[in-house]
Amino acid sequence: MHLFNELTNYQQPTEEGYYGQYGGAYIPEMLYSNVETLKNQYLQIMDDPAFKAEVAALLKDYVGRPTPLFYAERLSAEIGAKIYLKREDLCHTGAHKINNTIGQIILAQRLGKKKIIAETGAGQHGVATATVCALKGMECVVYMGEKDIERQAPNVARMKMLGATVVPATSGSKTLKDATNEAIRAWINEPDTTHYIIGSVVGPHPYPDMVARFQSVISAEMRTQLEAVTGSQLPTHVVACVGGGSNAAGAFYHYLNEPTVELVAVEAAGHGVHSGMSAATTQLGSTGILHGSKSIVMQTKDGQVVEPHSISAGLDYPGIGPLHAFLYASKRGTFMSATDEAALKWAFHLSEIEGIIPALETAHAFAVLPEMNLKPTDVVIVCLSGRGDKDLATYMQAMDLK
Amino acid sequence: MSRLTELFEQKNKRVLNVYCTAGYPHLNSTLEVMESLQKNGADIIELGMPYSDPLADGEVIQSSSLVALNNGMTIDTLFEQLATMRTSIHIPVVLMGYMNPILQYGFELFCKKAKLLGVDGLILPDMPLYEFEQVYGATIKANDLDFIFLVTPETPETRLRKLDNLSSGFLYAVSSSATTGTDKDFSKVAVYLERLKSMQLKNPFLVGFGIKDKASFDAVNVFANGAIIGSAYIQALSKGKDVGTTTKTFLEGVLSN
Repeated sequence: MHLFNELTNYQQPTEEGYYGQYGGAYIPEMLYSNVETLKNQYLQIMDDPAFKAEVAALLKDYVGRPTPLFYAERLSAEIGAKIYLKREDLCHTGAHKINNTIGQIILAQRLGKKKIIAETGAGQHGVATATVCALKGMECVVYMGEKDIERQAPNVARMKMLGATVVPATSGSKTLKDATNEAIRAWINEPDTTHYIIGSVVGPHPYPDMVARFQSVISAEMRTQLEAVTGSQLPTHVVACVGGGSNAAGAFYHYLNEPTVELVAVEAAGHGVHSGMSAATTQLGSTGILHGSKSIVMQTKDGQVVEPHSISAGLDYPGIGPLHAFLYASKRGTFMSATDEAALKWAFHLSEIEGIIPALETAHAFAVLPEMNLKPTDVVIVCLSGRGDKDLATYMQAMDLK
Repeated sequence: MSRLTELFEQKNKRVLNVYCTAGYPHLNSTLEVMESLQKNGADIIELGMPYSDPLADGEVIQSSSLVALNNGMTIDTLFEQLATMRTSIHIPVVLMGYMNPILQYGFELFCKKAKLLGVDGLILPDMPLYEFEQVYGATIKANDLDFIFLVTPETPETRLRKLDNLSSGFLYAVSSSATTGTDKDFSKVAVYLERLKSMQLKNPFLVGFGIKDKASFDAVNVFANGAIIGSAYIQALSKGKDVGTTTKTFLEGVLSN
């Protein structure tokens, strides 16, 4: 069993947003008022019964929650353990990202904001943001790396169709890291009227905690659903892929303080952890500050942030949320990784044996199952965070090569 | 008495602080740029340490940072370049940068070396007030470096007083909540600067962000003790022939009567 201090409440960062040594709000003074307002109001707003009811109604009728917990029979037989899939791929817009954007758009309305900005990598968060902005009649601007715009054309088209403006991030390496920089800059330039919907459990406090809370609906449902079929709310393992870590945070959240549940976070190893083309942040990174919080960051010895690599744009991020950095450092979480090749292989394998085409990000979570030394009595929930429609181009290429 | 304090005792109007990026336009042009700024009338040099993800800076300064990083600039290299700085540079020098590279270097070692080389103060836009009070402030003070906080039109008065009290040397008044190099409507800025002037702050204050020429320099000097020019100078350097001529022409333009 892992070292686990029962006195630690992993769900709650300190007043200043720290999980252990990770977190905080390393932001320029120009953002102070906005972030401070958010910090002072988010818990109060999220606790308001009217707010909760509005979010719950939209999650049910618009997003389609609760998402099913599906017993994957053929996969279970193959791995030799009971494996359940939490079907976030069935959410409206095709991934868990909308759990967070629904919450934040209503929160933005409560804060009196008129305009929404967001960053996106693969485009899933951008689509989820554009969707809720259309739903609520808010102006939406999405920052997306110039390179990602090229490689994720269908999601760019979706965002535009939903009425969003997609602004290419042309600075630095022109991917998610730079899109996030551009979004933060845009927020600095228009702080009064604009709310920034961050898509993952990253950024300055209170974003990591706020996004984790909005995503925690995933594990709240898991507990009830698992109990209905097995008689216990507790699996032995929860497995999720981690880039910034929002689906993992949501899938882990209501199990964080349950020491018997092993929390398995799967990072993208790219061409291999030590190949120089990887995004396995906990394996390659060190303590640093990125996008407003202290966490584990992939960087040079001079403290310049390096560009990671993953076949999945959603995991192609040189940092990790501060909660996950703490789960790693405290050994509460088990961190594993999967290569581009393994993820691709499992995207096809899951399609073939369960009839579910997963997103490339999600496929990483499945790729570690054979390496987990699972027993027949183990009950494993894999967070099936998104569906694979957006990755069809990559999958088609892979089929041509076969 | 620190060089900054001494400067403001002798001159408390129209103090000109000019920002330049270390290692820009060329890896070894750092001192040349600084000498040229001193020679042509800058009162303070704000030397930027390039970072891959400079959140508070606009496009112009970020591109100059990228050029400097590609030129091979690091804190170590910068400190080597500054080893002989005080044989030619007599005006105050303030290092501007982001927390991450300094944390990797070692915060205490950084402060110690900077002081040893004759650096006078630090501007770290992503240093939170909380961290300054809990962790880093003591190290900065122990090494006898001035620390300059930023304040904006949205900074509440009690916080502004606190940031002023914790700062020394001067206070950096951001002309509006915007990244560097953004044009802003001046009438709003004037109201804010008037308010700052009337607050009887502990420190003199310099206005930065959007100061680009004689007109904007003159305009903020009605209220402030001086101003900081960054993006406009970097832009001039990026287009100019050589550092000496460009700097001379640029500063003559700003300081002309």
